[in-house]
Amino acid sequence: MNDRTDALSNLDLETPEKPYLDSNELIINMGPQHPATHGVLRVILKLDGEKVLGTECVIGYLHRGVEKIAENRTYTMFNPYVDRMDYVAAVSNGLGYCQAVEKLLNVEAPPRANYIRVILTELNRIASHQLWLGTHALDIGAMTPLFYTFRDREEILKIFEKYCGARLTTHAFRIGGCQYETYAGFEKDVKNFLAFFPPKIDEYEELLTGNRIWIERTKNVGVISAKDAIAFGVTGPVLRASGVKWDIRKAQPYANYADFDFEIPIGQNGDTYDRYIVRMIEMRQSLRIIEQAINGIPEGPIMAKVPKVIKPPVGEIYHSIEAPKGELGYFIVSDGSTQPYRVRVRPPSFVNLQALDIMVRGMLVADVVAVIGTLDIVLGEVDR
Amino acid sequence: MVDKYKRQYGSGLEALSYLGQNYFNVDRSLIPDFLKLLRDDEHFDYCVDITAVHYPKREKQFDVFWILYSFPRNERIRVKTQIADGKSLPSAVPIWATANWLEREVYDMFGITFDGHPDLKRILLPDGWKGFPLRKDYDILKQDQEWVQINLGIESGQ
Repeated sequence: MNDRTDALSNLDLETPEKPYLDSNELIINMGPQHPATHGVLRVILKLDGEKVLGTECVIGYLHRGVEKIAENRTYTMFNPYVDRMDYVAAVSNGLGYCQAVEKLLNVEAPPRANYIRVILTELNRIASHQLWLGTHALDIGAMTPLFYTFRDREEILKIFEKYCGARLTTHAFRIGGCQYETYAGFEKDVKNFLAFFPPKIDEYEELLTGNRIWIERTKNVGVISAKDAIAFGVTGPVLRASGVKWDIRKAQPYANYADFDFEIPIGQNGDTYDRYIVRMIEMRQSLRIIEQAINGIPEGPIMAKVPKVIKPPVGEIYHSIEAPKGELGYFIVSDGSTQPYRVRVRPPSFVNLQALDIMVRGMLVADVVAVIGTLDIVLGEVDR
Repeated sequence: MVDKYKRQYGSGLEALSYLGQNYFNVDRSLIPDFLKLLRDDEHFDYCVDITAVHYPKREKQFDVFWILYSFPRNERIRVKTQIADGKSLPSAVPIWATANWLEREVYDMFGITFDGHPDLKRILLPDGWKGFPLRKDYDILKQDQEWVQINLGIESGQ
């Protein structure tokens, strides 16, 4: 008798008490190095077969201590740092920060600066939604939209590059207005884009909106009711897809959004498909805003009278804007010195990600990927 | 609204405004009842943010803020209270579910604890980290050397 059979005879070969096809809870780890987590997000999934019983997000892998850095920089020096939070929508980040400091200083950017700001921010909203659409569709298995959206996003990035020299972390605005006047041909480039882009949105929609696989993968997936969405503080397209008609651009207009005519799209079911539709309409509405802004852009200065050394009076202010992902807020406390005493960033991605758990409970593992995509998170902003 | 609460709470509550933004400065003892009242009676149904500020020279070292928004009223408001180091606050998770991660971040960065929080642990920093980075006595170059050496296998993160 050799060693192997000896070992076998020691095994307990009686019939197990439980049936073979028993369901067992399984804990598996997803990420942080996972292509569908859009960066370094780690999700611990508790599964029953393929059904999700619960999730826990582990975040912080990209934490750079932005809020601490702010306390050790002057107001002007901190400005470029905000671009590195939501790096696909850097222009929106900059707008929120500049406006918050302007509010603290009690100055207002001149009208021309506001128009330039609106044009660039809306272009950035489109670029951010394009990136979301491409990666989200890729996660679900449709590869073509990624190439289409990146091809067209290039046109927006070219405008950014010509305007301020950078494509992603633009640092486009300054406290009090804009640093740069528009370049010669800016108007033409933006108008060309306005003519170029609507057929491209039709193209994306042709690929996805009526696509049976897309509908199967997104309808009734990751549903969140309006009540839950509000309780979880979810904002942006995710909230609107649940049927809450709320957009800070309309509710509490900043810059000069009050001058423009545009619609806020809402969904009914709060599922992944509705969020897709809401963002597609938002891109078209952004085009409408850009068109009105580029046609109505006034002449005049682009910088308000702001002192060289920014020293806001003692006080605290909260200012928020509608970033592509939701409410982006800045809470700034000034102690009267040249450096902010405290800067708190209220990131939309961080708060929206918290709702992942209730959105995926009872769904399949594959749907977790779809829901992470539809939440449109940027980990640079979640972790700051 | 302001007069009603002033009558109810007297000196425990101050209604202030700065640059057109309204906020309440309330006594620690009114939390969480006052927050609950704001949600139920005044429809502040959306908790935008919870955050804190550290003033090391004061006796009550921390200002804690709740930034609230009401959808029906389209109005923002801040509630502010002061607490001393080592003291805790009641958790707002039963009032707004979103408070969960926001309070965890405040705990992570300032070391303020929230009673009744379902899972109060660090969120952005690693679990074993020592120190609370957004306190003013925590220098920008400071770090948990021991953690870095053990977990990253390098002498220093600087």
